[in-house]
Order: sequence, then C-alpha cells, then structure tokens
Amino acid sequence: MADTNVTDKVSPILDVDKIRQDFPVLSKTIHGKPLIYLDNGATTQKPWAVINRVKEFDSDEYGTVRRGAYKLCEDSTKYYEETRQKVADLLGTPNKNEIVFTSGTTQSINLVAHSFSRRFINEGDEIIISNIEHHANTVPWQIVCQERGAKLKVIPVSDSGELIMEEYEKLLSDKTRIVAVNHVSNALGTVNPVREITEKAHAIGAKVLIDGAQSTPHLKLNVKELDCDFYTFSGHKMYGPSGIGGLYGRMELLEEMPPYVTGGDMIMQVTLEKTTYAKPPAKFEAGTPPISQVVGLGAAIDYITNIGLDKIFDYELELLEYGTEVLKQVPGLRIIGNAKDKASIISFYHDSVHPHDIVTLMDQEGIELRGGHHCAQPTMIRFGVPATARASMSFYNKKEELDALAEAMKKAVKMFEG
Amino acid sequence: MAYSDELYQQVIIEHNKKPRNFFDMEDSTHNCHGYNPLCGDDYEIYLKIGDDGIIQAVSFNGSGCAISKASASLMTTFLIGKSVEESRTVFEQFHKMVLGEFDPDKSENVLGKLKLFKGVQNFPSRIKCASLCWHTMVGAVDKNETVSTE
Repeated sequence: MADTNVTDKVSPILDVDKIRQDFPVLSKTIHGKPLIYLDNGATTQKPWAVINRVKEFDSDEYGTVRRGAYKLCEDSTKYYEETRQKVADLLGTPNKNEIVFTSGTTQSINLVAHSFSRRFINEGDEIIISNIEHHANTVPWQIVCQERGAKLKVIPVSDSGELIMEEYEKLLSDKTRIVAVNHVSNALGTVNPVREITEKAHAIGAKVLIDGAQSTPHLKLNVKELDCDFYTFSGHKMYGPSGIGGLYGRMELLEEMPPYVTGGDMIMQVTLEKTTYAKPPAKFEAGTPPISQVVGLGAAIDYITNIGLDKIFDYELELLEYGTEVLKQVPGLRIIGNAKDKASIISFYHDSVHPHDIVTLMDQEGIELRGGHHCAQPTMIRFGVPATARASMSFYNKKEELDALAEAMKKAVKMFEG
Repeated sequence: MAYSDELYQQVIIEHNKKPRNFFDMEDSTHNCHGYNPLCGDDYEIYLKIGDDGIIQAVSFNGSGCAISKASASLMTTFLIGKSVEESRTVFEQFHKMVLGEFDPDKSENVLGKLKLFKGVQNFPSRIKCASLCWHTMVGAVDKNETVSTE
C-alpha cells in the first residue's frame, strides 16, 4: 500500500473526532495505551445520550409499565411504548405491534423457534439454516428438529464465505417450513442476500427468519422491503443497554403462534379453568420487562438516527476497505471471509500466532479484539481453522486505529517467528 | 520489560515454535483427550508408565495457543523419570501457581523450570491454557477418556 498521509485518513462522511467525544470510554487507556475498541461485533460502547437517559429515568421517572394507573407508571409506559415505535420506524414496519421486546437476539430466535414450531412444524418437515450461523441460530433449530421430528438442512458456503444460492434452491422443497439465516455473519462479515433468500422461500410457501444481530446498527433496513417474516436484533450491539432486544414478526404469524414464556402481562383473562391471551406483542412479553433498558434503547436509536444510518454504513465500508488493505500487509496473515458484500468485520488467521495469543498481545497495546470461534464452530470447521481473531468496526473507529492494529500484528508475528 | 514479556518469555516462544515430544505415541499405557471450549485448545496426552509407577515417556499432539502448547511441551520434558505420585504433586503446585495461590519464589517447591509460567496468574483468561495439559495428564493417569476445562 502506498504511504497514505494523514489527510487521507479523515473521512468526509463523518466527523469521527467529534463523535468520539460522545463515548466516554473511548478516551480511556488500557495497560497505559489509548483504548482501541474493535470488538463491536460482540458489543458496542454507549454514548452519553444513552448513559444519561438511563440515569435520568432511573433517578427521576422509574415506575413499572402497563399495570398501574398512577403518574410514574403512566409515564414509564409511555416511554416504553415510544421506544417500540422507534424500533418499528428503524426496522421499517408501520405497525409497532409487530415489535416484541425480548432480552436480545438469542431470546428472539428461541421464541420463534419454539413458538412457531409448536404451531407449524410437524414430523418430516424441514428447516433450513446456513453453514455460517451463530450458535444462537443453530442450536434452537436443532432442538426443534429433535422435538418435532423435523429435519435440519444447511446451505453450504463458498471459499470466499458466500452462501451458495444454487445449493439453497435445491434444499427448498414443499417440506420446508422455515428458513433461518443471518443478515450479516458475525464470524466472517458476509452480508447475505436476504431479499433473494426470502423471495425463494416464499415461492414454495416457507417462512423466513433473519438474524439481524450484526446488521441492525450497520445497514439501513426495511423489513417490509425485505419481506421477511421475522427479524431479530440486540440492543447492546447498537449502542444501547444489554439485556434488551427484540423481534419483528409479521402480525398474522404472531397472532397464530402460541405464547412462549407465560405469566403476568401476557394474558387477557385468567380463571383456574382457562386463560385467554393478550394480543401481540403483549402475548410474548410475560413478566416485568427490563424497563430502563428499553428507555436506553430508545435513546440509542435516536442517537444513531441523528448521525444517519446511510452515513454510518458508508463510513464503516470505508473502514472495512482500509482495514482489509492494511492487514493484508502483515506477512502471513490470512483474512477468513472475502465475500464481495461485507459489513465492517474482518476475521483473520495467522499460522505462527494463534488467535488467543493475538488477542493477549493486542490487548497489551490497548487494542481490544475478539479471538475464538465466535459462537460459530461450524463456520470454523468449514474454513479449517480452530479459531480466528476478529476486528469488528464501528463508526467511532478511525483509520489510524487500524494502522495501529496492523503495526502491532507485524510486531507479534516478528516476536513469534523470531 | 513489557507486561506481555512476563507471559511470552523466550523459552515459551521457543517451545511453541519447536514443541518437544510432539507426536502420537503408539505404545502408550495411558492417554487422555483435553479440550478447552473457550479457546479451542485441543490436545491428546500420552504416557508410558512402568510397573514400578515411573513415567518412562510422555508425548502430546494437537493444536492450540502458544501458552497451551509450550506448557504441554515443557510438561513432557519435565515428567520423564518421575513417579505418578510426584507428577500429581507437580500438577498441584503448578495449578496453584498459575492461579496465584502459590508463590514458588517464596515456598519450597518441586516446580524447577516450570516457574516460567508464574506470570500467567496476571492473565486470568489464559490460566486454563497453561493448565490444560496438566489436567489432561492427570486425566490420563486416572484413566479418564477426556478432560474439559469447563
């Protein structure tokens, strides 16, 4: 790569230095070095807007939701439902009741897997996932298959990390009930052609769940344009609190599906003989929800919407290209996952330095990376590596941070190869 | 000295690059599979133990990070000629040392060059890497088929 001067590293898309001031943790040091946070695929940092809103709500406004006719409860319920509207706007559904709050993507997928299967999956039916799914979009379907006598089929992936669509088409049959794939692979960064996947599934009458854990804060979304039946997301991967996330579900399906977790708040009427259920989304929100976290999620959505999802996407692509380029300069480093369409995730492997040693050595430089199988062991097996190191970027990252990563990697390789 | 040098000492780097006794032993009397699900460190440990309870040969094979591989390599060189009972004592002291519960610089010990791994105690996420081979060795002696760090 040609030696780029500093001015090339300032993006015209976003004022990153200004944005970084919104995130208090980004000015901290780790082992005496400035923090370079590159594990955004695992969880993102929180801006003041989220931190302060949660603090303010917990200090001054907190009450339970939905069940009390007094001021604190009414206000909390209002904020809670306002966030539901914000999620609906973010995901592109005009009906906010198609948004169910859950603890996150894992719970959202479990909800669909178990509830949908009780109503719609029987012995001999088939479920399709892909070879590059997170365990959260693998294990629930394996359990459903065991319980319902259904069969799990897997879309294979090419050497570059793209789903092989011809093979997908061959897997579809009149026995297929649901196709569950991620929008963006957490292990490789591949952006999957979910519109096309949905179209082909619908053509044979199957439903589609898209695991949006990695896409929600990075791509501009519209579930109605994608035409998928379910879409899942996690709040803590989009600058909000942990323990809150959600599910978009097509209303007619949510209405037909049986409840998953049951108890208070999800009922219409309970007698000792019989219970009638509330309408969606309440039907799927038993128990007191994480109220402060929902309020914080609303603040996070406001924050990213103000920056602009188009700008976020464009800038993060710039980071992806730059990071790929500088990491390729590290002798012996292999990038795992080279799909044409990728989000800002770079997974890499080096024969001389194991991913866990990479993580420890980078940590000493203040660079926080993830190393391991990324809860995607079938993906690691497919690519013949025990684990990878992964840099996952956010709009608050800078190109200089990726330079620092590449330089630290060169140092690590030298140390290990001697 | 950089903080990480405490962990990645030259001997450890060298054993990672050129692990000793790194092969599948055909005529072992004891063997065990060790797996660390967090890291994916994955080794088979082989022992040849005589009727007198003395370890005549030790080897290992598999894959994992530098800490796990160097630890296994050093373990194989250390245990040859020791009795099974002695090897258990070494394991106990080693394990306590990497947990930070035993300081070989302050107490009498049988650890010798294994003291190199003392710095691991400052890297909590790497303690299992260093101790995996030792757990697996004890698993082999106890005739377990597999050992996991979880």
